[in-house]
Amino acid sequence: MDFITIDSQSVPIEGEKNILSIIRKAGIDLPTFCYHSELSIYGACRMCVVEDDRGRVFASCSEQPRKGMVIKTNSSKIQKYRKLIMELLLSSHCRDCTTCHKNGICELQKLAYKVGVDAVRFTNNKETLPLDTSSPSIVRDPNKCILCGDCVRTCDEVQGVGALDFAFRGSEMQVMPAFNKPLAETNCVGCGQCRVVCPTGAITIKKDEERVWEALDDPNTRVVAQIAPAVRVAIGDSFGIPKGTNSMGKLVGALRRMGFDKVYDTTFGADLTVYEESKELVERIQNNEKLPLFTSCCPGWVKFCENKFPELTDHISTCRSPQGMFSALLKDYYRTQDEKEGVDMKTFVVSIMPCTAKKGEAIRDDYKTDGVQDTDASITTAEAARMIRRAAIKFEDIEEEAVDMPFGIVSGGGVIFGVTGGVTEAVLRKISYDKDHNHKALGEIKFSGIRGIEGVKETSIMLGDREVKIAVVHGLGNASKLIEEIKAGKRNYDFVEVMACKRGCVMGGGQPVPAGPRTKQMRMKGLYSVDTASQVRTSNENPLVRLVYDDMINGREHKLLHTR
Amino acid sequence: MVLKSREDLKQIRVESQNKMAVDDCRILICAGTGCLAGGSQEIYNRFEELTKDIDSVSCEFGREIAHVGVKKSGCHGFCEMGPLVRIEPMNYLYIKVKPEDCEEIFNETILKGKPVERLLYEVDGKRYESQEEIPFYAKQTRLVLKNCGHIDAENIEEYLAFGGYSALEKVLFDMKPSEVVNEIEESNLRGRGGGGFQTGYKWRQVAKQPEKIRYVVCNGDEGDPGAFMDRSIMEGDPHKMIEGMMVAAYATGAQEGYVYVRAEYPLAISRLKGAIEQAEAYQLLGDNILGTDFSFKLHINKGAGAFVCGEGSALTASIEGERGMPRTKPPRTVEQGLFGKPTVLNNVETYANVPMIIENGSKWYLGIGTEGSPGTKAFALTGSVNNTGLIEVPMGTTLGEVIFSIGGGVKNDAKFKAVQIGGPSGGCLVDTDLELPLDFDSLKKRGAMIGSGGLVVMDENTCMVEVARFFMNFTQNESCGKCVPCREGTYRMLEILERIVNGEGKLEDLDMLEELGQAITDTALCGLGKSAALPVLSTLKTFRDEYEEHINKRCPAGSCEKLRSYVIDPEACKGCSKCARNCPVEAIEGVIKSPYVINQEKCIKCGACIDSCPFKAIAIAN
Repeated sequence: MDFITIDSQSVPIEGEKNILSIIRKAGIDLPTFCYHSELSIYGACRMCVVEDDRGRVFASCSEQPRKGMVIKTNSSKIQKYRKLIMELLLSSHCRDCTTCHKNGICELQKLAYKVGVDAVRFTNNKETLPLDTSSPSIVRDPNKCILCGDCVRTCDEVQGVGALDFAFRGSEMQVMPAFNKPLAETNCVGCGQCRVVCPTGAITIKKDEERVWEALDDPNTRVVAQIAPAVRVAIGDSFGIPKGTNSMGKLVGALRRMGFDKVYDTTFGADLTVYEESKELVERIQNNEKLPLFTSCCPGWVKFCENKFPELTDHISTCRSPQGMFSALLKDYYRTQDEKEGVDMKTFVVSIMPCTAKKGEAIRDDYKTDGVQDTDASITTAEAARMIRRAAIKFEDIEEEAVDMPFGIVSGGGVIFGVTGGVTEAVLRKISYDKDHNHKALGEIKFSGIRGIEGVKETSIMLGDREVKIAVVHGLGNASKLIEEIKAGKRNYDFVEVMACKRGCVMGGGQPVPAGPRTKQMRMKGLYSVDTASQVRTSNENPLVRLVYDDMINGREHKLLHTR
Repeated sequence: MVLKSREDLKQIRVESQNKMAVDDCRILICAGTGCLAGGSQEIYNRFEELTKDIDSVSCEFGREIAHVGVKKSGCHGFCEMGPLVRIEPMNYLYIKVKPEDCEEIFNETILKGKPVERLLYEVDGKRYESQEEIPFYAKQTRLVLKNCGHIDAENIEEYLAFGGYSALEKVLFDMKPSEVVNEIEESNLRGRGGGGFQTGYKWRQVAKQPEKIRYVVCNGDEGDPGAFMDRSIMEGDPHKMIEGMMVAAYATGAQEGYVYVRAEYPLAISRLKGAIEQAEAYQLLGDNILGTDFSFKLHINKGAGAFVCGEGSALTASIEGERGMPRTKPPRTVEQGLFGKPTVLNNVETYANVPMIIENGSKWYLGIGTEGSPGTKAFALTGSVNNTGLIEVPMGTTLGEVIFSIGGGVKNDAKFKAVQIGGPSGGCLVDTDLELPLDFDSLKKRGAMIGSGGLVVMDENTCMVEVARFFMNFTQNESCGKCVPCREGTYRMLEILERIVNGEGKLEDLDMLEELGQAITDTALCGLGKSAALPVLSTLKTFRDEYEEHINKRCPAGSCEKLRSYVIDPEACKGCSKCARNCPVEAIEGVIKSPYVINQEKCIKCGACIDSCPFKAIAIAN
């Protein structure tokens, strides 16, 4: 095995493509802004510069390891450079840290502290640029951008959207959509992955918290919350709870303390989705029309398909997403109840989502019932955490509480909607239960190849004597490639699950940041553990779902649960 | 006509030579950008008109001028003296020709064969009839620029007549690709674009890549302020560069090539376009060239004039339609260059060296220049020097020879102060460097670089701090903005330099300049960034006292406007009040018939008072 020397420590080269990975393996956490193992190497921040034994200075992220190299990461020269580069970055950054939404979780702030910058000797004389608040999902503040290009590469390389790029040169360079159009007028799908990688407050979540506080304050408004599956394994991040821990019970308790009248689990909506979507799939297969059927749970994907593959929108399931179905049901339930009891109350449905694109979904016309918006406010996990903090609730100490009836039982299959492959797994559970009425199939489905983090996963199931071919894809870039292949006739499926974000909703654009490789892994694991521990594993075993169909929906599936 | 074999090429060459031989007299009017700006098109039109008239009545004027060919040739390289007209076969060179001189030239030289004395070049009382005798040319070795100014750049036949495409012929029929690579490697031809990288090594790397689709790219994005070597070759002898690219393509197995030219070079672009079209018409470019298996297509790509696009990876990104930004390496351009394929990337002058190396052999080439840097180098000599223009000298010629023997010394007999070599990426050489041989290694040792070959001469009236500010302003404007040290660092350096030339600098600023300069040099991503601080660092080293003087609010060269003050000499002032009336900011006060005084606080240093004073009583004090 070949070795290189890092600060007098001999470290083996084990297939690493760059010296930075070896340095980090050696326990030295060199600061970086533009290096992400999932993105191409950009080499712009220069924070990872190191020195070799001949005094040559270079960026370790873009240098190939060669046997026998002697690297110094902390010579006084290197430390001086690192500090100066940091100082230069800070010098043209809007440094209103105390009022910034990224305060406390800002990578720039953190690294400035780590690098030990003690003064910024230059004045920021950059012109203050206007914010772009046009998107329902995210806000761009160019004054806080440090031009690391992480958002540009994520949007292009991972998501295949390319809504953002660089414009202008030199010290006038900026990140913006083409022709500096407002984001809302671009092909941005609102997935928020740019916000996840942004090290500063330059891209943040569009906040809907205030409207929720106002509703909570209004005595004539019944405020109802629904919590998406992926939220429970991520919200704890904001309160120092171990990564991936299921904090659903605490969140329910916290929301009640904040004044929410009823708290539900969006997983119930997922259970309804499983019913509707598996029915749709079987029908389409029987009629052999509009195949493959694409899932519709993910609003980033739906918008992407509408933008890039408008000819395929017919293939998207007509099911509303779990958020959409559940909000419509909740609004209908309270309206009916209030009418019956002669109560005059408004119902305000708040969905707590791991997702920024859900904000855009909530205001879509096909997510309105009788012209009324079903989800009144869609807030992200990160906003929910902020609200809890503002309410001064000690989240970590709160007693766990259960969600409210009559929607208080949910299935494990619905919970794993929050991870790539989960929708498919839940639908497969339902279809095979309908077929065999037993649980044996669960294990088989688990190991059928739909779990895991490969970009595209495939499986198939027999429906009678018909083989149903299934693909699971996550990350819009992967989806785009897959669809091109489907269009070219190179691949052929009956059912395709698409999640805009890599790994699914657990890594959605509205989840707490930063989220490194371990966090990603633990969130996925967390959801699968919830499923395993569930009393009810498949949607059709959920006794409440049957009741809801019989007592509330009464044949109005297409009005309440579908987009058309 | 399509050339299908070696014999076809030979035949067309002979035909072209014959065609040229019938021109008894040739009037060559320089059509380089400088001369065109001086009105050479009008001169050309005038000559054409004159000769056309005569032609129509040729029986009257006899046979001696039966065929007068008027040619638009590329840059002669003596730009200071343009527009230039050269008459062959007498070889008379006329300088600063005006359209009204044409008739006299026609009458005297064309008809009678006599020189027009007043239009000849004159120095130290001596008139030089022919170009070759003029010291500016006599001291040069023009190999790459040999054809420039001598052949019609818009006519492939003339290039053929002068032996053009014989290097291509030789490699296609007498050499294996590997032999061509060997020959170039043995010649030790080093890249003329700045770095001086071994061309043969580069070609070898491309030739050995497993990927079979390969590209040959020519960097014609000459962006240094004051540099025009590559432009002159593209304008004056485009086929030489094209031939060099074809040899490279043959040697490395490439099928397609791109010439990246800045859009600010419209003449170069149109000449290249014409040259490619003519070569395609002969099928010297295209499929199965000269009936062989070798096929090569050449495209022109116009760059939008970003300096950074001269950097290899930014250039290829720009051709691909991406934003011109350098990327990290590896992979290198030879492995994954244009469209991710192995790519030979050399500059114009490097390719123009190739045909003669192939024709004459590497041994011949090694005999020119120095051991480590064989061959010649073209320089663009500008600034405060008597003869500005394009020159070509063997590598290793000393700086003194270039400035004094060829350049004719500093303008207006001022004292030589420094020369900026290599443009904004280069360094500053001073009077103690006059014996320094100009070659890659000597300059590198001295902390400077040839760059693409710009030489800006500066005299005692040049402020070195202002020079540093000028170049920093240039690099700051041209930084792509990708990496932090270059984007933010050069911005801060410029900010400090502006402060200093405005007399608002502090002594700590000099330390900050050094700190920033060192950090940028060591940590920037690309060559542009790494060299961005060099003009400041090198002037700071050599002319630190000048920086310090500025901090004491004095510009020793008297060139920094903010540090100048206008003073009225009370002895000379008659109190006429004219200056006060002309002052746009009412900074001059006084009483009629007694001396006036300029209020320095109010003065904006516009100089209106100096112009208006009838008694020359106002002067600039440093």
